[in-house]
Amino acid sequence: MSKIAEVFKNHKAFIPFIAANDPDFQGTVNNVVALAKGGADLVEIGIPFSDPVADGPVIQAADIRALKADPDLPMDTIFDMVAEIRKQTAIPLAFLTYLNIVFQYGYEAFTKRCTELGIDGLVIPDMPYEERGELAPIAAKHDVDLIPLVTPVSGDRIEKIAKAATGFIYVVSSLGVTGERSEFANDLSDLVARIRKVTDVPTAIGFGIHTAEQAAEMAQIADGAIVGSACVNIVAEYGEQAPTKLQDYTKQMKAAVVGNPVR
Amino acid sequence: MTELNLKLSKNTTGRYGEYGGQYIPETLMNELDRMTKAYEHYKNDPEFKTELHDLLVDYANRPSLLYYAERMTKDLGGAQIYLKREDLNHTGAHKINNVIGQALLAKHMGKTRLIAETGAGQHGVATATIAAYFGMECEVFMGKKDTDRQRLNVYRMELLGAKVHPVTSGSMVLKDAINAALQDWTKRVDDTFYLMGSATGPHPYPLMVRDFQSVISQESKQQLQEKTGKLPDMVVACVGGGSNAIGSFANYINEPSVQLVGAEAAGKGVETELTAATVERGSDGIFHGMKSMFLQNKTGQIKPVYSISAGLDYPGVGPEHAYLAKTGRAKYVGITDDEAVDAFEYIAKTEGIVAAIESCHAVAYVQKIAPKMRKDQIIVCTLSGRGDKDVASIAKYRGVDIDE
Ligand SMILES: Cc1ncc(COP(=O)(O)O)c(C=O)c1O
Repeated sequence: MSKIAEVFKNHKAFIPFIAANDPDFQGTVNNVVALAKGGADLVEIGIPFSDPVADGPVIQAADIRALKADPDLPMDTIFDMVAEIRKQTAIPLAFLTYLNIVFQYGYEAFTKRCTELGIDGLVIPDMPYEERGELAPIAAKHDVDLIPLVTPVSGDRIEKIAKAATGFIYVVSSLGVTGERSEFANDLSDLVARIRKVTDVPTAIGFGIHTAEQAAEMAQIADGAIVGSACVNIVAEYGEQAPTKLQDYTKQMKAAVVGNPVR
Repeated sequence: MTELNLKLSKNTTGRYGEYGGQYIPETLMNELDRMTKAYEHYKNDPEFKTELHDLLVDYANRPSLLYYAERMTKDLGGAQIYLKREDLNHTGAHKINNVIGQALLAKHMGKTRLIAETGAGQHGVATATIAAYFGMECEVFMGKKDTDRQRLNVYRMELLGAKVHPVTSGSMVLKDAINAALQDWTKRVDDTFYLMGSATGPHPYPLMVRDFQSVISQESKQQLQEKTGKLPDMVVACVGGGSNAIGSFANYINEPSVQLVGAEAAGKGVETELTAATVERGSDGIFHGMKSMFLQNKTGQIKPVYSISAGLDYPGVGPEHAYLAKTGRAKYVGITDDEAVDAFEYIAKTEGIVAAIESCHAVAYVQKIAPKMRKDQIIVCTLSGRGDKDVASIAKYRGVDIDE
């Protein structure tokens, strides 16, 4: 079983997200470590992209801040951040980024570096099932999971996506881009049920979750809940105090999620 | 009259060598799949083809002239120059060919709402026009910088019944407008058709747009045959995303004797940072749904681009152009702002044609190359649009103050 899939084994998982280099190198390290201390099961680190089409205003703004701080933001700087994080925590990590970033570094070199640093998975919103072939064999060779997205409009695509998945399956809560929401698609249970029919790979729901109640509700349906924009907002709002706030927030959210019985 | 029987391409894979593909969020995949299937079906449907034909002829004013530019030819003293007059189409540019095709497909798919991105506003105006014609809802995404500098086109779109959304994310220009249009589409796929403005984006757009624009070269080939009994030696067109160029090239790609040249916007110079010369300065990458060539930094961040021409101000190029460049079948040359503005004035004074500043990038290349060619050789240069929209900004470029 992949290291990421193991995260979901004994309890429902809480998965926060923050953008790398927002606000800077050390801030990123401190924030990820704080999320780990707060009890996060897996942290998604977003690699900023100039044109994040799948992301809403909050994460877009984080990417802009991160790239303003360092317009070139070489991938090696981000790998260095992870190396720094690794000195302080062994928490499972995944990257969320757009395919061009991986493509420019080179699929082979990128995934190799990921394994060396204990990045166990990649979420790439602009790499749908049809295009995963160019990266999948290379990622598999280096034991890096390609975490696919399934959405409320995936329809007949659900089965093939689920069957090819490793790590976990990112279930998109509703149409549109990332960002806090008050409502989710109402057929998420059916969606998760369809996935579970064809695979044991765990599922986690993301896009829009920000309150503990929502996280609890989503963790009832799926195996975990992913929270992005809410964490990014904390980073933006609290600056140097962000680690403390993130740790508290994670504690709350984790408690809400873990309360649900595992399947 | 030239008989229009659109030859639609057989490529159904969406790949041009390694370029192309569908690098797009999962939320849109089913919709793209539906679009691909619908297009594959309707492009062979006689009724659809008749409707398309009638709209191109009766609404868009096709075929467009192939005009022998006698004065330019004499003045430059080399190859014979023919101009393919897309500037004479309804709405004043080649953009109408594409929007008629896509909007007709949207109608047959049962869509009631069209969305589009626009840079200078030409594609937005064309989309708003066809939406008005079909009685469809229309929303256009346009970078805030562009809505500020192209207020006339914003008003024109509104006049045609469209809603214009100024986009304030990123660098607030064309690429950000595409991001915003894609994002809007992910929120509302059911009734909405995203009408892409160039031969860019995920499959099936590059293929569809190429097919709908290939009417340009289908006509020019036939018209030149009628006038001279020959094939051209060279075809020249300007390249933003590449739709008028791929349409101008399409029917000549398999004619090895015809040289194909795309004129890119070099801005202040190909070697400067203020450029939009994607093929010369860019590198392979993945963006806006396609693997192609882009202006980007080493990490893969997309670069801001610059050109005097808002229509060529895009950091990428359609995947088929990347392929034609890589295989050497077509050649891409950078034309600077200065050269394009000179050409704008030159063609106005010699031929009495005020051509779009985009098109003048192609004209500038013709000015350079024609004198080096023999008098029995023929160049077909596409005038993608008319230049009324550019008069004020060219005046400003020349330091002339005119009241708008
Ligand atoms: C007149 C004209 N020509 C050319 C272009 C460039 O587009 P493309 O390269 O897709 O033909 C535009 C785009 O707005 C335009 O308005």
